[in-house]
Amino acid sequence: MTALVDQLKTGLDAPICLTWELTYACNLECVHCLSSSGRRDPRELTTDEAKAVLDELHDLQVFYINIGGGEPMIRRDFFELVEYSIGKGIGVKFSTNGAFIDADKARRLAAMDYLDIQISLDGTDAVTNDAVRGDGSYATAIRAMDHLRDAGFVERNGPFKISVVVTRHNVDQLDEFKALADAYGAQLRITRLRPSGRGADTWHDLHPTNAQQRQIYEWLLAHGENVLTGDSFFHLNALGDENLPGLNLCGAGRVVCLIDPIGDVYACPFVIHDEFKAGSVRDAGGFGAVWKQSDLFRELREPESAGACASCGSFDACQGGCMAAKFFTGIPLDGPDPECVSGHGELALAGVTQGDAPRPMMDHSKPPRPTPVAIGRR
Amino acid sequence: MTTLEATALAGRALELHPQVALRPEPFGALAYHYDTRRLVFLKHPDVVRVVRALADHRSVAATFDACNIAAERRPAFERALASLLESEMLHDRTR
Amino acid sequence: MDQDTTAHDADDTTAAADAPEAEELLIEEISIDGMCGVY
Repeated sequence: MTALVDQLKTGLDAPICLTWELTYACNLECVHCLSSSGRRDPRELTTDEAKAVLDELHDLQVFYINIGGGEPMIRRDFFELVEYSIGKGIGVKFSTNGAFIDADKARRLAAMDYLDIQISLDGTDAVTNDAVRGDGSYATAIRAMDHLRDAGFVERNGPFKISVVVTRHNVDQLDEFKALADAYGAQLRITRLRPSGRGADTWHDLHPTNAQQRQIYEWLLAHGENVLTGDSFFHLNALGDENLPGLNLCGAGRVVCLIDPIGDVYACPFVIHDEFKAGSVRDAGGFGAVWKQSDLFRELREPESAGACASCGSFDACQGGCMAAKFFTGIPLDGPDPECVSGHGELALAGVTQGDAPRPMMDHSKPPRPTPVAIGRR
Repeated sequence: MTTLEATALAGRALELHPQVALRPEPFGALAYHYDTRRLVFLKHPDVVRVVRALADHRSVAATFDACNIAAERRPAFERALASLLESEMLHDRTR
Repeated sequence: MDQDTTAHDADDTTAAADAPEAEELLIEEISIDGMCGVY
């Protein structure tokens, strides 16, 4: 009998779950935003188009979806779509910065079944968090969590999630993040920073150092029993004999994928780029045809070769790392992960010519405010 | 699993928990519990057959008989069912 | 002519692919958060 992970690598007839970014509109402009969000795209799926996708996901028996964006609660039909999804038997977890969760919304959310919420937070104090997510964003997230607590969300629905992207500047706060989650009855989730979206520009300054990667690995082994990771740290498994919990599987195009706000289907949320675009839900055959028959996903479901990592004894543990991390730092996909714990990635990065790394193709960032021009006197 | 536990399991009337959805896969099935959000893979089609048949037979042992599960395979099947009970994917039938 | 033996010995390392009584469990639980590529 084949190991489960090997079964999953060849792909399933339907995703196990998927990420659906509902909008590129966002009230924040986080410096590492994987979807470069800010401005709504005028080609956004309509409410009816979105419901048609949900109908398809129901027929495919997708059990639950992760809704994100941008800030999904900005969409006027947010509740309508969430309720429609749940009505079709598709559970929803949505990712939010919390700006739109007031006391009233918190009560409404707490009353819904099969709904989970993930609040984004990147620091246990405003200074650390707001440096990445913008002024006031820490207070906004805490306020949303307070409202969820007051509305009894956890008692009715189980722990909501606090999701942290681990950076050079917050890696020392892992214990405090855990304590924060415990204080709210929430569950901590820490995930890897990928050089995706606006992250492409900030990755070099924000990604954890080698020493910090070891710190993350050891912290997860010691304290990570109730901490989610989205299986995003499996490249760290090469640091020791013990593997972090999770499948150690890149699920992109095999068991998961992304549907973006304009209906494009990508292998995962971290590779919003033509290279990893499988098709569109607006194509004939809809999402189902893209999932089952697209060239990209067929390719991703082929057995992978270890490529340049073939001679490294750690390949079984690290699987050669993350496609998104390699792609957006300019390393070939059959090369080492840029954060390879054995240092092979650093070598590979040194070989990348400045400016040669692929640029994110969708940029919905808000334009920078023009610097005021001083009007001089002649 | 002790012999005592196995004997006890064999006589129980079980069924898939009503909040569990079973999705067929080429190698077996995917089971998802909507309340606990637990996800379990049933890795062999025979396990899926047994799980689906539990509700129609008076006991686990009777289900094994009806599904033609050979005696030497039953310990592994019992471990699987015990595990599914523990994760609440299965529960005792009340009627 | 030799007959293949079909002993279902758990120690038999040439157990057929569909011999579920081999060491591998018939079921495997995975975390819904446990595969990479999702928010």
